Amino acid sequence: MDERREALEGGSRWTRWLVAGPPTAFLLAFFLVPAIIVVAASFREPGEFGGLVPLAAGAAAFSLEAYRFVLGDIVYAEIFAASFAVAAVTTAACVALAYPLAWLIARSPRKRRDLLVLLVILPFASNFLVRIYAWIMLLGPANLLYTPFAVIAGMVYVHLPFMVLPLYTNLEKHDPALLEAAQDLGAGAWTRFWRVTFPLSLPGIWSGSALVFIPVLGMFAVPELLGGTGDVLIGNLIKEQFLDNRDWPLGSALSIGLTLAVLALAGLAAALSRRGLKGTEAVS
Amino acid sequence: MPLLEIKGVTRRFGDLVAVDGVSLAIEAGEFFTLLGPSGCGKTTLLRMIAGFDEPDQGALFLDGRPLAGIPPEKRPVHTVFQSYALFPHMTVAGNIAFPLEMAGKPRGEIARRVAETLALVHLEEKGGAYPHELSGGQKQRVALARGLVNRPRLLLLDEPLGALDAKLREEMQVELINLQRDVGVTFVFVTHAQQEALALSHRIAVMNRGRVEQLDTPERLYTAPASRFVADFIGKINLVDVEVTGNSHGHAGLRSPALGDLAAEPGNGVVPGERGVLALRPELVRVAARGETVELRNRFPGTVRELLYLGDVTLYKVQLEAGPVIEALLANAAPGRAKLFKAGDAVTVAWRHDAGVFLRG
Repeated sequence: MDERREALEGGSRWTRWLVAGPPTAFLLAFFLVPAIIVVAASFREPGEFGGLVPLAAGAAAFSLEAYRFVLGDIVYAEIFAASFAVAAVTTAACVALAYPLAWLIARSPRKRRDLLVLLVILPFASNFLVRIYAWIMLLGPANLLYTPFAVIAGMVYVHLPFMVLPLYTNLEKHDPALLEAAQDLGAGAWTRFWRVTFPLSLPGIWSGSALVFIPVLGMFAVPELLGGTGDVLIGNLIKEQFLDNRDWPLGSALSIGLTLAVLALAGLAAALSRRGLKGTEAVS
Repeated sequence: MPLLEIKGVTRRFGDLVAVDGVSLAIEAGEFFTLLGPSGCGKTTLLRMIAGFDEPDQGALFLDGRPLAGIPPEKRPVHTVFQSYALFPHMTVAGNIAFPLEMAGKPRGEIARRVAETLALVHLEEKGGAYPHELSGGQKQRVALARGLVNRPRLLLLDEPLGALDAKLREEMQVELINLQRDVGVTFVFVTHAQQEALALSHRIAVMNRGRVEQLDTPERLYTAPASRFVADFIGKINLVDVEVTGNSHGHAGLRSPALGDLAAEPGNGVVPGERGVLALRPELVRVAARGETVELRNRFPGTVRELLYLGDVTLYKVQLEAGPVIEALLANAAPGRAKLFKAGDAVTVAWRHDAGVFLRG
């Protein structure tokens, strides 16, 4: 059994390291190390012109000032709450818009599906900022620019493909015989959707939601370009600390707060889906 | 009044005529089988009964009422699919409860009937399991239970045993017969496996190229096939080219170009000069060592060319000196005869005058 498993998983320990080595090294260098730097920075004191006060200049290596600041002012909590609300609304809107689209693509003739998927990701071919500026032109004349609606519309527009693709991948794999069986056993069209298609597509909804919700939380360009002065989100706040306010420890502390909040949410979602999705492994 | 009546049903897909003017009637309580090779139209016919397809011509009647325009979910007809099509996100009990929920049965009744049906298919302990946790045979039983639980007027079974291994298949055949008898639901079974059809069915419609070649009991199909196709499709058979001759006693006889005049009963309604085949089951052919006396008129010298030892029986292929090859199936442990022939043995092949059936064409 062990031998077979070894053969299946790619032979000796040697080859395994050879395969896993480069991506591991990359992630260590460009993900783990910066993350450690951010954690370290959040406990330091801000330099006068950005950066950190050098330890050589007698600054404390450990200060909770940044965290005290974040927790001490209700405005930060409000911005966090507003950001999560925007992310939630965006995710919900993406599900509502992407579901019918993904369903239609999955049900169209096999030859046409690839073309339709290509059309969904085609906007990526042009520059992100250019596309957001296009929205300024669209929303401006309609008097909708610099409103919360503009922020949500922009967010949904940018992230929609990330919801369509996992949903389509899921729906495309559904066995049509299941719908026939449901119909044969007395289920009308609506019941077939709610009792068969929808529950089986939940894994697709979850992965799409993760791909939309988390990036929306960190997005600063859309609220900056399309939102009004009241539409500051965590992304903007963090960006400001590094580029405008030059308070790296505060920016780092806010980043860590965001990361922890997202991890907590992901943990909650995983726990919930484990309880609610038993049995869908076979199709997901 | 028959339970299901199919009247002149034709279904075309482009140039292909999948079902070609089929008429048949299925009685309540029957285990009825549609048997034929793949592409013969049996599955298309089944889908029209279920409501997933509609005939181009002709009509179907259930309890005398036309089925045209009634969608599958409104027909009191359930299907056991070849792939089982169990809902992967529902437990076994959830799957079985589904048709009852669709029918709007009260909660208490659903629980009671699910438990009853689980017991019926011997899966009492599996109610809480998910389909991916079951073996092939267990999935099969759940699919059956789900199809039967709401007591449809008709249960359609689309090659339901096709995915099982040989031993399990045999067990499920016995279970199917018992189940059908116990619940009294009419079964319409589709298969390409003739053994299975013979073992299970009250009546079988043998289909070929969209038409029903013969509709009969298993025994009649085997002993009195109505066409060359049926004879060839069901079991093993020797087909000897023959021509009908008139004889002096006013009875018809048969003459084979290779073997000469045969002692045979070509049946009524044949006309001298008609051509066809004598269809002869291998188990009705006798093989004797060359020296033995054989008192049958149809006896021909030959040589054993090949043999297949199958344990209980052996299938001999004997090359007749006159040309044709005749297959003979002999029990290996017949009383008073323990001799097995070998390839190359000189033998005499013989059969009774009433052993074969004359088939036109």
